Amino acid sequence: MTKTPLSRIRNFSIVAHIDHGKSTLADRLIQMTGSLEHREMKEQILDAMDIERERGITIKANTVRLEYDARDGQHYVLNLIDTPGHVDFAYEVSRSLAACEGSLLVVDASQGVEAQTLANVYQALDNDHEIVPVLNKVDLPAAEPERVKQQIEDVIGLDASNALMISAKTGLGVEDVLEAIVHRLPPPREGEAGDPLKALLVDSWYDAYLGVIVLVRVIDGVLKKGQTVRMLGTGAKYQVDRVGVITPKMVMVESLGPGEIGFITASIKEVADTRVGDTITEEKRQTTRPLPGFKPAQPVVFCGLFPVDADDFDDLRAAVGKLRLNDASFSYEMESSAALGFGFRCGFLGLLHLEIIQERLSREFDLDLIATAPSVVYRMNLINGEQIELHNPADMPDVMKIASIEEPWIRATILTPDEHLGAILKLCQDRRGIQADLSYAGSRAMLVYDLPLNEVVFDFYDRLKSISRGYASFDYQLTDYREGDLVKMSILVNAEPVDALSMLVHRSQADKRGRVMCEKLKDLIPQHLFKIPIQAAIGGKVIARETISALRKDVTAKCYGGDVTRKRKLLEKQKEGKKRMRQFGKVEIPQEAFIQALKMSD
Amino acid sequence: MTEILDRDPGFGIYVHWPFCAAKCPYCDFNSHVRHQPVDQVRFGAAFARELATMRQRTGPREVTSIFLGGGTPSLMDPQTVGGILDAIAAEWTVPQNVEITLEANPSSVEADRFRGYRMAGVNRVSLGVQALNDKDLRFLGRLHDVSEALHAIELARANFPRLSFDLIYARPGQTVEDWSRELERAISYAADHLSLYQLTIEQGTPFFALRAAGKLSVPGAEQAAQLYEATQAVTAAQGLPAYEISNHAKSGAESRHNLIYWRYGEYVGVGPGAHGRFIENGQRIVTFTERVPETWLDLVERKGQGVTGGETLSRVEEADEFLLMGLRLVEGINLVRFEKLAGRPLEPRRIAVLREEGLIEPVGNSGLRATPAGMVVLDAVVADLAR
Ligand SMILES: Nc1nc2c(ncn2[C@@H]2O[C@H](COP(=O)(O)OP(=O)(O)O)[C@@H](O)[C@H]2O)c(=O)[nH]1
Ligand SMILES: C[S@@+](CC[C@H](N)C(=O)[O-])C[C@H]1O[C@@H](n2cnc3c(N)ncnc32)[C@H](O)[C@@H]1O
Ligand code: SF4
Ligand SMILES: [Mg+2]
Repeated sequence: MTKTPLSRIRNFSIVAHIDHGKSTLADRLIQMTGSLEHREMKEQILDAMDIERERGITIKANTVRLEYDARDGQHYVLNLIDTPGHVDFAYEVSRSLAACEGSLLVVDASQGVEAQTLANVYQALDNDHEIVPVLNKVDLPAAEPERVKQQIEDVIGLDASNALMISAKTGLGVEDVLEAIVHRLPPPREGEAGDPLKALLVDSWYDAYLGVIVLVRVIDGVLKKGQTVRMLGTGAKYQVDRVGVITPKMVMVESLGPGEIGFITASIKEVADTRVGDTITEEKRQTTRPLPGFKPAQPVVFCGLFPVDADDFDDLRAAVGKLRLNDASFSYEMESSAALGFGFRCGFLGLLHLEIIQERLSREFDLDLIATAPSVVYRMNLINGEQIELHNPADMPDVMKIASIEEPWIRATILTPDEHLGAILKLCQDRRGIQADLSYAGSRAMLVYDLPLNEVVFDFYDRLKSISRGYASFDYQLTDYREGDLVKMSILVNAEPVDALSMLVHRSQADKRGRVMCEKLKDLIPQHLFKIPIQAAIGGKVIARETISALRKDVTAKCYGGDVTRKRKLLEKQKEGKKRMRQFGKVEIPQEAFIQALKMSD
Repeated sequence: MTEILDRDPGFGIYVHWPFCAAKCPYCDFNSHVRHQPVDQVRFGAAFARELATMRQRTGPREVTSIFLGGGTPSLMDPQTVGGILDAIAAEWTVPQNVEITLEANPSSVEADRFRGYRMAGVNRVSLGVQALNDKDLRFLGRLHDVSEALHAIELARANFPRLSFDLIYARPGQTVEDWSRELERAISYAADHLSLYQLTIEQGTPFFALRAAGKLSVPGAEQAAQLYEATQAVTAAQGLPAYEISNHAKSGAESRHNLIYWRYGEYVGVGPGAHGRFIENGQRIVTFTERVPETWLDLVERKGQGVTGGETLSRVEEADEFLLMGLRLVEGINLVRFEKLAGRPLEPRRIAVLREEGLIEPVGNSGLRATPAGMVVLDAVVADLAR
């Protein structure tokens, strides 16, 4: 056991809006406590994956144990848990926060409170965290710490009079942050070393050398090497192979006691065998007081992923399998589409999650993919009383069998400079939003809207960014399912329905969506030898229509004497192009047309 | 139509003369301008050598037609032409009734030279008239004007039993009306054959750059189609119907040499940048030669030939070429021959769709041809059938 008394342990996390300096501050803390040699420092140490580092988002929870000699002459162990600060991973965030007693609330002093600041700080408060406000980037000329302090008080309702003023970049005030962690955040609540083991499974990931690594927070008892443990949620039993702490190097220790954070390995095969939030206990002496338990990952958004080149299907299968190894919240099942061939219907925690997975597939596995438009999970209440979940518009049951359809709604929080408020209100209104609240903090408006998720997956975020010139911030949480007047819109090309393009839309949006889709396709499908009607239809009723006129002239005028090769090469190219097309009745649609048509923006 | 199948498409000799007095801004043929006089004796000797080399590959054959193309073959001295024709006659059997065509530019025509070509054996001239108004001739960068063109036509008619001339239409701003009138006038000067080409903007030419820069706009698809259709109507009414996309003749006056290409017969190509297709050891092979005249000359002098590439065609390639060329002809193709080449029939489903659209139609039991509507979009029709 590491013999640190509870009173000298602090478990904390940092909550912040993206780019407000969370990673920079973490780097600085690691550096100032000497956890890594100078030469081992690289920026954004805790963001392990390339994508995390590049996009500045943390996908997996991560932890680092810092050793700090405080000004009071005492030695402290500070465990920083870096959480994925995004709503898609809200559950993971809440479990990471549950492993800590306090949070640093980092706010960019030149930007002020943003949507994720709010979402994350409320989560921390929900977990009974003590919170220390930290105003970062005070080195910037545009910093307005006093205004931002006021905002923290007005918008969040936190006392900001003691807020720290720092620059994570220059190091200014970072020493005070360490002191504040020690003196303003509480130590772990009393745990009993003698009690049966009770530990929280904070996160897990796959490591090529060590296999599945499980991040844990011990509450009661002692976690030791060689111990046989049981996961209460999954019921699985394992023998602990290794116990260690992350400094951020992995250092093996004999055991972890109450209040401590560390990792174990236990010959666990897949990340999917572990559940974030699960309770780990001893096999022989099980705790009688399990933790609130874990919530299985619920995919919120679905989309089909298809290889551009059908020959890559096996590679795609291998790639999604590999990703799933490390990300149990991502689900997939095989799908076949007349338009796109074989692929997978994949479920994601949200739009960011979807984007990350897609990006990793193309980047790490070098796959060219077509993604169908994201779709939410609808609930179909059938006439016969059954309720089914619909993940794919193509699987929609016969309308005659449907009594009603429910769709997921979210509560969105948007913060924006007030000059963009009008446009944003209009956007929310256009997307069937219901205003829940509107308040001001200085020149920033905070807008709370209830919105159907279905409207948000359809390019809402891009539109919001563009109408606010990037100044609005946005966050949301799923709230409930509500009945809606939803209809399946089919797209017919030369009277043949194209499955990959069908979608569920609200009746009030159908005309517009249908029109946009038909216009897009008109430009994307090449002229044929006959004219091609393109229609959007609900049931048998056509709601929008375009026509691609027939080719009018396409013939080589002159013949190059005997040089047939040149013409043949052209023909071969055309034939090659046709191989990349899908046949719908008489019409050939280039794959590129699907890719473009499925891009969400209009 | 068994007759198409049975007809031997023939065996032709193509000779490429790669020099011109000036380069036309639309032209991407293998033509070069030289400011020093070309050593015609050396070139003549090289042609003879390359012909002899080719003869070793083809074996003894009877020649159906000879075509002296360019470039501007009418820049050749009659002796050079005579030498080439003699060389051909020395290698292969050249019957009395062989067709011998020479391409001529109106600007390089002189009565004496025409008489010389005729004496050497040329019996058909193809004149590059291109337009019958001076403004358009200047736009096309031609060195001649209308009166020179008419003079050349007159001289050619006086000297040769057969004459054809070329016009380029679908010029910028050209209306159906303008073109129809110009065409009618052209027909009044024509003998029994005309080649009428829509202006094509070829990559790498000055016109291509001009169009890219927005300084040249050619008729769009609709206008081009209307011009094409007007061409068909006017020529048909005047007794010079199309027998190929861009070629018109009175029945029996078709260019036998070009028919060899379209009917996918055999031909030998000599001279810089010439292409050939003939059967060797039972397989159809492709030949092509070095394009740069001096390099070609050097190759021939050292190795006996300027051929830089040759390959045997796969079944699919041969079938593609057959389809590509054959459907340009109003007579169409023989499906039995296609099946023999391709090892498969054309897809009945595709034929059905194209027929339904009125773009192709059967000819007799085993023939297929593009309809007039199909001709306007032939490249797309062929692409549809070929896969
Ligand atoms: N000027 C200044 N820039 C900072 C400071 N802290 C962070 N940054 C910059 O702000 C950007 C976002 O920081 P990062 O730590 O990645 O933010 P995160 O998204 O919250 O992890 C980076 O370009 C940092 O270099 C600071 O104190 N002053
Ligand atoms: C091989 S060229 C040579 C004939 C000769 N040198 C002359 O220009 O008079 C044969 C014909 O092709 C046609 N031609 C050449 N380039 C063309 C183009 N870019 N578009 C349409 N026709 C073209 C012209 O009518 C030309 O007469
Ligand atoms: S004269 Fe004929 S071959 Fe020569 S450049 Fe002009 S079009 Fe081309
Ligand atoms: Mg970061």
